[in-house]
Amino acid sequence: MTHLATDILVVGAGGAGMYAAVSAAREGASVVLADKSLVGRGGATIMAQMTVAVAVGEQEPDDWTHHLADTLAAGRGLCNEELAQILCREAPDRIREMDTWKVGWAREDDHMRQVMAPGHGIRRCVYVDFLNTGPAVAKTLRTRVARSDAITRISELAVVDLVVRQGRVLGAVAINLADGAPVTIAAKAVILAAGGLTKLYRRNSASANMGGDSYALALRAGAELVDMEFVQFFPIGHLAPRLVGMDPIMWDPFRYKLGGRLLNGEMEEFIENYGASDSGVYTAPRDIASFAILSEVAAGRGSPAGGAYLSFTHIPEPELRQAFGPVIDRLLANGIDLTRRPIEVSPIAHYHMGGIRVNGEMESRIEGLFAAGEAVGGANGANRLSGNAISETFVFGERAGHFAATKVAARATGLDFEWDHALAKPALDGIAALEARDEAKGPGAGPLFTELQSMMWDHVGLLRDAAGLEQALARLVRMRTVDLPALGTPGSHRFAITVQDWFDLRASLLAAEAITASALARTESRGAHQREDHPETDPSLEKNQTVQLEDGEIATDWVDVVRAPFELASLEAAE
Amino acid sequence: MTDRTVTLNVRRGEAGGESRIESFEVPYAENMSVLDALIWIRAYRDASLAIRYSCINANACKECMVRVDGKVAYACTARLGAGEATVEPLSNKPLLRDLVTDITPPKETLAHALAGED
Repeated sequence: MTHLATDILVVGAGGAGMYAAVSAAREGASVVLADKSLVGRGGATIMAQMTVAVAVGEQEPDDWTHHLADTLAAGRGLCNEELAQILCREAPDRIREMDTWKVGWAREDDHMRQVMAPGHGIRRCVYVDFLNTGPAVAKTLRTRVARSDAITRISELAVVDLVVRQGRVLGAVAINLADGAPVTIAAKAVILAAGGLTKLYRRNSASANMGGDSYALALRAGAELVDMEFVQFFPIGHLAPRLVGMDPIMWDPFRYKLGGRLLNGEMEEFIENYGASDSGVYTAPRDIASFAILSEVAAGRGSPAGGAYLSFTHIPEPELRQAFGPVIDRLLANGIDLTRRPIEVSPIAHYHMGGIRVNGEMESRIEGLFAAGEAVGGANGANRLSGNAISETFVFGERAGHFAATKVAARATGLDFEWDHALAKPALDGIAALEARDEAKGPGAGPLFTELQSMMWDHVGLLRDAAGLEQALARLVRMRTVDLPALGTPGSHRFAITVQDWFDLRASLLAAEAITASALARTESRGAHQREDHPETDPSLEKNQTVQLEDGEIATDWVDVVRAPFELASLEAAE
Repeated sequence: MTDRTVTLNVRRGEAGGESRIESFEVPYAENMSVLDALIWIRAYRDASLAIRYSCINANACKECMVRVDGKVAYACTARLGAGEATVEPLSNKPLLRDLVTDITPPKETLAHALAGED
């Protein structure tokens, strides 16, 4: 049996996981940084082409309390205000730290350039040109991680279960993808940074490994989730013509810089009809924009591919080129000439507000089990303010690493002191049984996963009602209890892709059930959660929902929102 | 989606063994990528086909490099225009299985982690 021992195991090596690893290592902890893809290449961070919200006030006077006010307003009353405060207060430190690590934030006149984004009252969002924020962030953090002797990086290691004794995490069981062999990892603390779950939806901006691993691992370990009903749909994901080699959410920065007109199938602007203003300045909140586009499609006024048009034909080519230089040529190579015809866009699943329920030190109710990045629930409430995803990647990553290392230092015992192999045995037996069922050929998890994505899109997506949610929940339970156990893992276990598929599907089904059960119980419409049978916001439901496993079954409950009063700073005084 | 199909010829095999070409008929969609076709094959024809990719659309992760009709390319940006294409693993990297070669940086492997343990 292959066995590793470390102070801290970080699961997921995107932006949050890498920042957590760097943060823990500089506190003196040893770290194993594991990713089921390649370190620093998988996940969401590297795909982010857009902006990062941070009150550094370099473009115009700003203060973190103003960033917080905008974050809370977007969250529709449900933000965990302690986490939201931490996010906004610490983001400037992290953005400046990334600056000293030479990430290359866009500048003008020797200050960071900050642009407006929807839902912000101030030009607050930094970025890296051209559409390069995520790749630049990933590269910078990869370099920091590689420089630390305390961090052991392991690519293509898929963590499938955590090992817990009496409410305290002891480590994990993983599969080495290269040969399918199980690996045990003893760790005094584990940081879950394996991202979100947008891959559960048919139209998404997800990478291959965003199927809800963080949430399923946390649930199975005994931790709670919160706000799982709130999935953010990005209103203007690319729909048509087919565009490859570029992020499907790339149109957002175009709109920040150039405006761009959102039109229905009859070439009319429509967002004003849904209570938001948009024309030219792009300030409509994301949930309203998504709702408006889908409603136009439902009313028979959609674009040919089932979305809306986004038009830049009124903008002269020199202006397009000045703003986006080489990107214009990449679009032309895709057969897209923005000066000649509009493209088609549609809401796509983009981000998950919900996640692991943690305290201000990023620790769950399982001792030693921390979370970072999108895996964390609560800071964004019912709707995330644009630009906050990368900020929370940095802030929550740094904090999780810091507090996990502090905790480990206080427990100065040998690395394997508390490891108990017997507690890992059920997970190891599960892997062995799965691999023994090996078949030469077969459909694998593909058809079930496709069914899951369609069902989530149709019944647990932007527009929900009790009948659809109940139908989905019944099917999800059956998929988990009947279909999944019968599913084989065809093919060789050298590069054990079908074994990984099986565990991916297990995680996805559990995450999907958590969303669906929460959505069914929230009998109101608020932020990203829209119930067609309960269209009004119910003030008595200004509460958060938690999810936990009780005897292996999903159970939801209501808790009060964490409030944390603050005073809005005067921006004149700050100048 | 039209009724048109394209033929994808995929070189398959394991390290140290014989390799062979397997052909798959894949429904064609305008401008589809080689990666789209490979993902479709895994979902509907043969899940055991080994491929590596992460970001799918963005050409950001740089994990899906293969040879398409003899030329090194990212499967996500290589388009399926003609009626047929041949996809093979990189020839200058050690083969793991099918289209997956060992491109993991040496210091990011489990083997390296274990060597550093003692």
